[in-house]
Amino acid sequence: MASTAKKQGVGSVIWDYLTTVDHKKIAILYLIAGGFFFVVGGIEAMMIRIQLAVPNNDFLSAGLFNEMITMHGTTMIFLAAMPLLFAFMNATVPLQIGARDVAFPFLNALGVWLFVFGGIFLNLSWFLGGAPDAGWTSYASLSIASAGHGIDFYALGLQISGAGTLISGINFVTTIINMRAPGMTYMRMPLMTWTTLVASVLIVFAFPPLTIGLFLLIFDRMFGSSFFLVETGGNTIIWEHLFWIFGHPEVYILILPAFGIFSEIFSTFSRKRLFGYSAMVFATIIIGFFGFMVWAHHMFTVGLGPTANAIFAVATMAIAVPTGIKIFNWIATVWGGSIEFTTPMLYALAFIPSFTMGGVTGVMQAAAPADYQYHDSYFIVAHFHYVIVGGVVFGLLAGLHYYWPLMFGTMLSEKLGKITFVIFVIGFHVTFLIQHFLGLWGMPRRVFTYLDGQGYNTANLISSMGALLMAIAVIILVINIIMTVAKNQKVGRDPWGDGRTLEWSLPLPVPYYNFAQIPLVRGLDAYWIEKKANNGRMMPSESLEDFHMPNNSFIPFVMSFGLFVAAFGALYFASGKDWAIDAVSGLNVHPWAPWVLGLGLAITVGAMITRSIKDDLGYYVTKEEVLRDLEEEERRAR
Amino acid sequence: MAHMEYNVPSERWPAHPETATMEGKNKFVGFWIFLAGETALFASLFATYLALKDSVPGEDHPLAADLFALPLAFVMTMFLLTSSLTSVYAIYHMRNNNFAKMQLWLGITVLLGLGFLALEIYEFIEYVHHGHTFRSSAFGSAFYFLLGTHGFHVVIGLGWITLLILRNARRGISVYTAAKVNTASLYWHFIDVVWVFIFTIVYLLGVM
Ligand code: HEM
Ligand SMILES: [Cu+2]
Repeated sequence: MASTAKKQGVGSVIWDYLTTVDHKKIAILYLIAGGFFFVVGGIEAMMIRIQLAVPNNDFLSAGLFNEMITMHGTTMIFLAAMPLLFAFMNATVPLQIGARDVAFPFLNALGVWLFVFGGIFLNLSWFLGGAPDAGWTSYASLSIASAGHGIDFYALGLQISGAGTLISGINFVTTIINMRAPGMTYMRMPLMTWTTLVASVLIVFAFPPLTIGLFLLIFDRMFGSSFFLVETGGNTIIWEHLFWIFGHPEVYILILPAFGIFSEIFSTFSRKRLFGYSAMVFATIIIGFFGFMVWAHHMFTVGLGPTANAIFAVATMAIAVPTGIKIFNWIATVWGGSIEFTTPMLYALAFIPSFTMGGVTGVMQAAAPADYQYHDSYFIVAHFHYVIVGGVVFGLLAGLHYYWPLMFGTMLSEKLGKITFVIFVIGFHVTFLIQHFLGLWGMPRRVFTYLDGQGYNTANLISSMGALLMAIAVIILVINIIMTVAKNQKVGRDPWGDGRTLEWSLPLPVPYYNFAQIPLVRGLDAYWIEKKANNGRMMPSESLEDFHMPNNSFIPFVMSFGLFVAAFGALYFASGKDWAIDAVSGLNVHPWAPWVLGLGLAITVGAMITRSIKDDLGYYVTKEEVLRDLEEEERRAR
Repeated sequence: MAHMEYNVPSERWPAHPETATMEGKNKFVGFWIFLAGETALFASLFATYLALKDSVPGEDHPLAADLFALPLAFVMTMFLLTSSLTSVYAIYHMRNNNFAKMQLWLGITVLLGLGFLALEIYEFIEYVHHGHTFRSSAFGSAFYFLLGTHGFHVVIGLGWITLLILRNARRGISVYTAAKVNTASLYWHFIDVVWVFIFTIVYLLGVM
């Protein structure tokens, strides 16, 4: 298999990836697409910082600036951070629990294609009349008034990619509940698997409110309803509630898998069992649970009243407790360990103080009366970049270096990795530390420029310089990736030498069926145990026999494409209609819009019906083939 | 794991054919998790409805109390509740490996669902004649979105069950098809439960 794969032509490789249901290849798809959008979002960030580097700048117009900040936030959260986390979840979780694939390989592929088409749709707005400009939070008072189709791209694009996220969340929960190898009890699951489980549960409950919120927006803007139109009884605050009921859990959906990646890295490179494993698991669950009870801390200034504000303030502060537990456990894991300063470990170590600072400003903002001062100022911008960059992005970069060999069978250069690390971390603090002070000095967020002589000049220039450093770091990372791919120097099993969990017990590249025999798990850090007790050989839990694998399918791609087409129909549906809101009623009528909408939906429904009618029983990998692979593996090891 | 046998002979037919295979087990758990998400979806819809149910542009726009007729809603409820019961019969016969009876009860379920749908469409047309439309007020938008989403679920459910009846007509019942039928019936029950909440929160609360 491995040798034939190398001889494949480009066309058949592309077709393979378009139809794959293999979680390892889907991980690579997420990584490529997420990485692409990360670069796009980064360019948008640079535009913002160039515009703000000096007072009274006219590098970007006010309108274009609003589009930039909106697309930067939306792209980074939905199209970069989440998919990149999904890349690592897909790459590791099935291997960590000893499974041959996820519970629903077909749905896994559907998830990635929905995300890709949603992301493309959203970004096409740049070329088709203007991007959304109401902020990534898209408050209804702004979004209803926003002229043109920008907001429609936002609503429809997020609806499509959000459906993909929800499907993936359901898939991971089911996988982790049902597909664990014998002996892999819940309390033996690696932290990455645990955080994936909790984050996926959060997805299942948090994304539907967003779906509804987006539908309200879609209906108001495209089909003439009046959820947010005050003249006919609508209420814009409903959007804020729905958005933040989704939005706050969303920040934990982002940070929990990053916590998982860090937990793995801390224990691997301290060569110690994770300190306080059960407390870590418990804290993860508590964070997930509390995550749903704090959304109104984003709405302290809306006027919900002192009682509501007090309740949400206290609940918000309570979240800091389990988060603190985690911080102390990581420190205790490193404490007294035999530490190895690899690139992933460096990111993990830098994460602790950086993220903690974000947590501290979070608790400051949680004090509702004080938040009246911080709200909508650069202080907030500093807070969420400290937690998202200092937490999530550090986690992604750490995970990229750490899991690269698992995904590609090669090693990123440690030297370039460390250079990237130093520049990125310095750039990060230079950019965002000063923004706390800008906020306290009164600079509001989301303004496209500021006047000279208010004391903002130096601080903004410093911040922009830091952003430049981060951009340089990312460029070095890209060079590192290109060089590694070009060199293609293969590494073997357990490339870091200190792997503790099941995924490192496999030969590299991992066979497409993952495990020749499903292993028997005898405790936490299953591979480490066998290194001590059994020369690093996992005990099999089954005899070597034929086993079952799922078929590839092109249907997920077609289903997602159908929704992509339909979205264009919806987008232009209200253009120029007299019942439409002012923002679009003056545009040209597009008589074909309903037909395109119908056509797109027909493609999707047709694909679903095809899927239902056909029997898809999968195929069997034979014992003989597996034996051949094992012999081959043996030969290479010698 | 040996090769899976899908067409299990009747003397070895499992008590729970729907979860006899690994795919069946995954479908079962996965679908329950999907329904958890659907619950969050409908909770958001109900919250939106409750926030907007009295929001109309002027005095002359009809409100819930001017529109709703409990007898009709009651008949609709009966249609849907009964259809849930008949789908239970279908599952009962599936577990007993009785294909013909299973198909029959699935068919009856579809007919009852269609009855519900017809009444709902009739009801909506009535309301539109009274000036209560999707676009006339925030109340109208919220009402049609909530009931429309439920109604859309009914349409999907009907299409799904019909498709299963047709696709399985030639194949008969196996542990593979049993998992599919069972999932559809879970979905149908869920739709039914949502309707109970609609009946209470929209209709009973509306006329009171
Ligand atoms: C100790 C934990 C945390 C606390 C107490 C906390 C508290 C808060 C509060 C009160 C706000 C609203 C401030 C305002 O707009 O006036 C806020 C905003 C925000 N937080 Fe946190 N936070 C915490 C952790 C996190 C984490 C882990 C993330 C993401 C990974 C995050 C992401 C955000 C974002 C994105 C916003 C701003 C959203 C916007 O208005 O655009 N926070 N936080
Ligand atoms: Cu929050």
